[in-house]
Amino acid sequence: MAKSSQAAGGFVSIPALLQRNATQYANKDAYREKEFGIWQSWTWADTEKEIEALALGMINLGVAEGDFVAVIGRNRPYFYWSMVAAQSVGAIPVPVYNDSAADEMEYILGHCGAKYAIVEDQEQVDKIIDIQDKLHQFEHMIYIDQRGLRKYDHHQLHRFVDIQEQGRASYYEWIEDLNARRAKLNYDSTCVMLYTSGTTGKPKGVVLSNRNVIESAKNSSEFDNLGAGEEILAYLPMAWVGDFIFSIGQAYWTGFCVNCPESADTMMTDLREIGPTYYFAPPRVFETQLTSVMIRMEDAGKLKRRMFHHFMEHAKKVGGDILDGKPVGAMDRLKYKLGDMLVFGPLKDTLGFGRVRVGYTAGEAIGPEIFEFYRSLGINLKQLYGQTEATVFITAQPDGEVRADTVGVPSPDVEIKIADNGEIFYRSPGTFVEYYKNPESTASTKDAEGWVATGDAGFFEEGSGHLRIIDRAKDVGKMADGNMFAPKYVENKLKFYPDILEAVLFGNGKDRCVAFINIDLSAVGNWAERNNIAYASYQELAGHPKVLDSIQGHVEAVNKSVAEDPMLAGCQIHRFLVLHKELDADDGEMTRTRKVRRVIVADKFKDLVDALYDGSSTISTNTEVTYEDGRKGSISATLELRDAAVAPVASKVAAE
Amino acid sequence: MNDMSQDSYVTEDGRTIGPTVMEMKNITLRFGGVKAITDISFDIREGEIRAIIGPNGAGKSSMLNVISGFYVPQEGEVWYKGKKRPPMKPYEVAQQGIARTFQNIALFEGMSVLDNVMTGRLRQMQSGLFAQAIWKGKAEREEVANREQVEKIIDFLEIQAIRKTPVGRLPYGLKKRVELARALAAEPSILLLDEPMAGMNVEEKEDMSRFILDMNDEFGTTIALIEHDMGVVMDLSDRVVVMDYGKKIGDGTPSEVRNNQAVIDAYLGVAHD
Repeated sequence: MAKSSQAAGGFVSIPALLQRNATQYANKDAYREKEFGIWQSWTWADTEKEIEALALGMINLGVAEGDFVAVIGRNRPYFYWSMVAAQSVGAIPVPVYNDSAADEMEYILGHCGAKYAIVEDQEQVDKIIDIQDKLHQFEHMIYIDQRGLRKYDHHQLHRFVDIQEQGRASYYEWIEDLNARRAKLNYDSTCVMLYTSGTTGKPKGVVLSNRNVIESAKNSSEFDNLGAGEEILAYLPMAWVGDFIFSIGQAYWTGFCVNCPESADTMMTDLREIGPTYYFAPPRVFETQLTSVMIRMEDAGKLKRRMFHHFMEHAKKVGGDILDGKPVGAMDRLKYKLGDMLVFGPLKDTLGFGRVRVGYTAGEAIGPEIFEFYRSLGINLKQLYGQTEATVFITAQPDGEVRADTVGVPSPDVEIKIADNGEIFYRSPGTFVEYYKNPESTASTKDAEGWVATGDAGFFEEGSGHLRIIDRAKDVGKMADGNMFAPKYVENKLKFYPDILEAVLFGNGKDRCVAFINIDLSAVGNWAERNNIAYASYQELAGHPKVLDSIQGHVEAVNKSVAEDPMLAGCQIHRFLVLHKELDADDGEMTRTRKVRRVIVADKFKDLVDALYDGSSTISTNTEVTYEDGRKGSISATLELRDAAVAPVASKVAAE
Repeated sequence: MNDMSQDSYVTEDGRTIGPTVMEMKNITLRFGGVKAITDISFDIREGEIRAIIGPNGAGKSSMLNVISGFYVPQEGEVWYKGKKRPPMKPYEVAQQGIARTFQNIALFEGMSVLDNVMTGRLRQMQSGLFAQAIWKGKAEREEVANREQVEKIIDFLEIQAIRKTPVGRLPYGLKKRVELARALAAEPSILLLDEPMAGMNVEEKEDMSRFILDMNDEFGTTIALIEHDMGVVMDLSDRVVVMDYGKKIGDGTPSEVRNNQAVIDAYLGVAHD
């Protein structure tokens, strides 16, 4: 694949696309945000004016080309404008997770040497003021929400609207500069820098060029026929590459509308009100929604409940096939139609999926039952596989070829090869430029020919040509007897049970596997309520014998299913315990994107792992926890360790 | 009026405290033969957070009820905005711009959060019953304007997600917040909070403290509050009145009060040796 130096449609930067949209889609809504209970909207023409005013204000403030501008807040139009305004003045936007602790922010702002930050509110301002002494290069901060900040020293602190106002006032002073800076942007200039959350070690700054972002946006938009009429709800963290591609890359490429929720808590209501046509969520969101639907159906009247189960049974049988356009009998079709009127339609509306044309899930494996549930309702939910370094897209499932256990075929213009050890490599126009200030990591990830190591192990399925992912390549280990140890594979099977939130498998280099389990408080709590089991805390519920019984049942069922695959049969769980606290990013046990940090967990709960191996039946432990405001505390508990039945390994069937 | 302070000053954290807006002069309140409040005087200045503390049964709530007009004291005078206040019904006091929350939440359980907060705007609704029923012209404009104000408060107190939820389904901590929203919706010049943090956990207390401070900062609302949690009171308030057995035993800044021997004795008991 030759890298084309010709830009897609002649637009070589996001600001250039903005100007195109402001002419072509001048009166079409570009952004909406619910505020004060009403959806406020901005057309593309409005958006261009807002961004221009901000960009002029930023030049006026002293932002120079090549400066890094941190953007810290939840999804709001102002922050999307900030990123495009930063690009317009030749600066590089660096979105940062807004729930990062101060020391995480200190690392990122220090590493990229950000001189400016555009932040949401007092909470973020306070965090940066706390670390400002250690950031020598830092100059100015711009905030959106004034609340609580009135009395702060405003020498280096500015209101967003004031910066825009100053920009408008100094229009004639700076417009020439702004135009010159915009004209300098080309396909190779940096579009954005995103820090990967990193399951190990410090975050790395992934530099993405305009080429990476625009080519990926173009290819993926064409792949799914996205047009200017799409509506999306932007609610996933702005620091995550997916949000950048959907809410900026694809939105600016196609001209569709980005809707921002009123607050994090109102997301479900806002989703219902907007009814997006293009939707993206990690499996967790789909799981939570399904759990809440099921819980509410349990509480519904008898008639409704029976109707729901009756038609869902039917949908399970034919819904997926109807969606894929496969032949289905006329009677079944008719019954599905009726079900759609009575159950599926209203349910989809309630969930906010009434208009979804294309839905994606990625980031983690999704439970096949959850996936099928949404598909059978007639929601075109698909899977994709990607990462920050690829500007999201590596593989995706085309319409009509959707399955729960694969991640689809290579995306347009993406080449994939699989190494001998099973690791997946790719090369594409979306391949990142470099890790900022980290040539060693860049070199070890991306070779001279542009092939990037994903760190994931997988294989192409015979026949369909779809990619299947097994696990993180580095997590795949060997048991003492030489069998393969693939923790994620087993953990995912466990997590597909609604009452299990998280599982961590241990056993690399050992003779057998053991597991930690986190229960899902909402699912188990509801179950407890219905069974008249009183509990005062997460800890108490997690230690309840009946809960342990039901988890044991799940573990044994998983063992059976794992045993069916001779290659992985060694990963069966011999002993397990239910943890007394939820694994939490604040305690460093998970990343901000909620992936378990295996090594840290193993180290922190070493006493528990040891106890699982030495055969003791209970253990008392004391664990340090961190509260939201950074204070430390500790909880102690006595945990019961249980043995799980292990299934005999199935002999390999000759004919597959 | 001679002892009323007319000058403003600026606090350490940069807030401006204005002149006296309300003054209690020698208030005595009796229920039959029981004296609930004996000869108490203190003032509330514009823009300040004024706390009334004291052990159980000290007469704090009675004092708040005198301010809100629910009790009429047998002796003493209440001065408000430079005028002596004649005995009034609570609704008349509310019309003067004094809003309150209650120790035991007093919301309409069956109504949504939004409707509950809207009731706080009653004072600002001028159109009559008939106009409201027809719902045209003035009534409609008024509702829109009031709704806008209410939405600002909902945003301020971060209760957007429960806007349409019936109050009866909310947990205790959120109900307290809704009650605060309703009081705030009245755009009061003095806001009386009767134990705003009672029964809350640490996190809810922190949230509530932040709201009280932000309210004072953002809207310049004068706040008089009763609270049991000493830590909270000392952190929040500009000046504190300490009551014990219906009498005032201390008055001053938190640090003055903290070092006042009578206050220490009342709270910690006196050693008899």
